[in-house]
Amino acid sequence: MKHMLKYILKRLLIMIITLWVIITLTFILMINIPGSPFNSDQSSNATVQANLEAHYNLDQPYYIQYLLYIKSIVTFDFGPSIKQPNQTVNDLLSRGFPISFELGIITIAVAVVSGILVGIIAALRHNGFLDYLTMGIAVLGISIPNFILATLLIQQLAVNLEIFPTATWRSPAHMVLPVLALATGPMAIIARLTRSTMLEVLTQDYIKMARAKGLSPWKVIFKHALRNALMPVVTIMGTLFAGILTGTFVIEQIFAIPGMGRYFVESINQRDYPVIMGTTVFYSAFLIIMLFIVDIVYGILDPRIKMHQKGGK
Amino acid sequence: MKSKEEIEYTQTAANVPDEWFSWKERDKEKLEQVSRPSLSYWQDAWRRLVKNKMAMLGLIFLVLLTIMAIIGPILSPYEVNRQSLPDQYQPPSMEHWFGTDNAGRDVFTRTWYGARISLFVGFIAALIDVTIGIIWGGISGYKGGRTDNVMMRIIEVLYGLPYLLVVILLLVVLGPSLGTIILALTITGWVGMARIVRGQVLQIKNYEFVLASKSFGTKTSRIIRKNLLPNAMGPIIVQMTLTIPSAIFAEAFLSFIGLGIQAPFASWGVMANDSLGAILSGNWWTLFFPAFFISFTMFAFNVLGDGLQDALDPKLRK
Repeated sequence: MKHMLKYILKRLLIMIITLWVIITLTFILMINIPGSPFNSDQSSNATVQANLEAHYNLDQPYYIQYLLYIKSIVTFDFGPSIKQPNQTVNDLLSRGFPISFELGIITIAVAVVSGILVGIIAALRHNGFLDYLTMGIAVLGISIPNFILATLLIQQLAVNLEIFPTATWRSPAHMVLPVLALATGPMAIIARLTRSTMLEVLTQDYIKMARAKGLSPWKVIFKHALRNALMPVVTIMGTLFAGILTGTFVIEQIFAIPGMGRYFVESINQRDYPVIMGTTVFYSAFLIIMLFIVDIVYGILDPRIKMHQKGGK
Repeated sequence: MKSKEEIEYTQTAANVPDEWFSWKERDKEKLEQVSRPSLSYWQDAWRRLVKNKMAMLGLIFLVLLTIMAIIGPILSPYEVNRQSLPDQYQPPSMEHWFGTDNAGRDVFTRTWYGARISLFVGFIAALIDVTIGIIWGGISGYKGGRTDNVMMRIIEVLYGLPYLLVVILLLVVLGPSLGTIILALTITGWVGMARIVRGQVLQIKNYEFVLASKSFGTKTSRIIRKNLLPNAMGPIIVQMTLTIPSAIFAEAFLSFIGLGIQAPFASWGVMANDSLGAILSGNWWTLFFPAFFISFTMFAFNVLGDGLQDALDPKLRK
């Protein structure tokens, strides 16, 4: 228990430093944007500019600006948009994030469940036809970028065969193609990982023991083998979250889904700096906290990790 | 009367005349002789790699792609950016092997120019990652103790930063160009490599031959160069083959959200992005060729990386 607490505290400290690095990085970049970010653009009118100058305290020295910037982020205030008057980054986030979150959660659920199932099947049919088939498809799934897969899916399933609607986010039918385009890569990664660890676990003595006891194959796999085979999958969840999140930028763009990712890409194209910076900080904080949670979950699931910590010193 | 089997038995075992045998001196030289040429680690790995059909397919594709990236644009009579509106959206034909795009530019020529950009970005980014990763991971793993602790904490913090978001952030401020894209891709990209090198070094530095080398009074820099690195090379190469496709993907992704290589250059990502609208109108070839080459290049690197992993680390194969 004491080790666990120490482990959590250590992770927490690293998480806070990482957050600080990303906030400082955005601040440094913000004050270094070529030509002042606010007055060089013709589209920003006087009111917006006044709001911005007030918001960023541009008349203050840098260290005061920096402290105020940290304060505004800690209080979850990301500032106004330059290009859309009367809009704040918070408005965009509260409008777009729930949709992106929904897309992300469905994608993760689909990727994890189907990836694990495919991985188990491939491991059970080791070196058989199904193994080669699924793993061949998995390598393809990793290799085809999600935006290319998305356009292919639109062309084949939406335009040619007209099975699914092409764009927007209204009904479950609208969700099929974007989720498919986004989930294929992570699914393939999970399937490959599950397969290889499953193969390793299946040769171990306790599995032979479980079989010898006369347990049904079903029980051996799901109750005994899978538990240990899933550990590596937990470790890559952090990276998968990041991949899916950045994936939503292009997928929402292609499928015209009014989520956060689309606003983000739009703000990049319009060089709407406060929105870019605010969204990046928000997204980064989200991912860093996710990574922290994944680390903690892993620490709880795998009791060996505490011994590693101890042995390492 | 003896049975037939018994006769055969006595003949073979007992009734062989002594003069059939002769005394043969043991040849000490030949006893020690190695009957086959000995294989170095790399020859052995290469032999295993050649047996892996998928990995060889990937390797051959990449070699051909590199050759075409070099000579492809020369073979074509068209300029990369020569626009010709009357030739807009020509389907693939003898004149334009891969067709033409929305500005009448030759897709064949542009595809090989794109290969140049993608391979260049991929290789250079991977090379920089490897260099920084080896230096950082090598020092961290070899020194150990406090140095290692501090260096690893820095890595843990950087590892937590979302890679593509940092890349996007830097490109927004620095402005997208070939140099800034490579800079942005490598600024946190080396972290994975450093972790792998450190892990390897930690393991290898405890082996006896390193101890032997130390007891001869070998300098640290020489131990790192001659003892540690060659033995850590396997995982480093595998990691590098997997870094290249992720850099190529990142470049294509950035082009797609408008932060990619700018106008005079034609990268695959830019080409794919330009032709998004075209597929809905049926001009499939403008998207197909860049999309095919991005996907197949990543596929080739992935299967080659898998093959190398099996070939370079036989311990992993069970």
